Amino acid sequence: MIRETLVPLISGTIFGAGLTIGGMTDPARVRGFLDLFGDWDPTLAFVMGGAVLVMALAWTVQRRMQRPAFADAFSLPGRNDLTHRLVGGSALFGIGWGIAGLCPGPGFAALAIAPGSAAVFVAAMLAGMLAVRMIEPRG
Amino acid sequence: MMLPGFPDAAPVSGLIGGVLIGLAAAIMLLGAGRIAGVSGIAARAFGLTDSSLPRAGAWAFVIGLPLGALVVTSQTAAPAPAFAGTVPLIIAGLIVGAGTRLGSGCTSGHGVCGMSRLSQRSLVATATFMITGFATVAVMNALGIEVLP
Repeated sequence: MIRETLVPLISGTIFGAGLTIGGMTDPARVRGFLDLFGDWDPTLAFVMGGAVLVMALAWTVQRRMQRPAFADAFSLPGRNDLTHRLVGGSALFGIGWGIAGLCPGPGFAALAIAPGSAAVFVAAMLAGMLAVRMIEPRG
Repeated sequence: MMLPGFPDAAPVSGLIGGVLIGLAAAIMLLGAGRIAGVSGIAARAFGLTDSSLPRAGAWAFVIGLPLGALVVTSQTAAPAPAFAGTVPLIIAGLIVGAGTRLGSGCTSGHGVCGMSRLSQRSLVATATFMITGFATVAVMNALGIEVLP
């Protein structure tokens, strides 16, 4: 139990801290980044760049590991096919992201910043996920 | 530190935040052997997707997100950011929830974990949600729709 939960808890906590420091939990900051043709705020490019850089290093380490440090085996997505579902879903996600300036991680993190607003967003997001689940039981 | 031409940008805190996000995703990858994709982990926590990830672990990650935010906000005196009203939050939430399930990921899973691995699916997904994100804000601005107070 502790083995299964401690790593995700530490990861999630550092993740939430990073989102907050980076400005991802500030919808105005996020929408400023998405306002490419207006008053563009490049801050989120630095967030993305920093995160991708560290993770690129992590992937090179991962390739040399037989198994994860605290689990029996790696469980990673291996698909490489481009589907209408992938593109259509991602297109939808971008629209929702643009409307309120929130994506899933900052939505949960914001529960500690603006509980009422974040709860509304998270509840609607879960309802959207449930809708897909109901249409596609194995989605 | 200021970025020339962008007086409102916060490149240093952006980079620090990004490195922390990368570190968090690296801990998940190298420690638990899994992708730190928030939409997928959240769906798993709430029983909205089938996955081999133990539900307790999914909950631990999801609970960690506001916990980490709380740690940061308790240390700073910055004013709380403004959020959209209830109606736009509901519309956006529904679209984000459905879109991330259909698209198999969001900014974290595709944008951070997948792109850094040069996954073809994640590169396409990220390019797509960036483009529609840019377009959405551009269209809303053109129509004079303001969601933030």
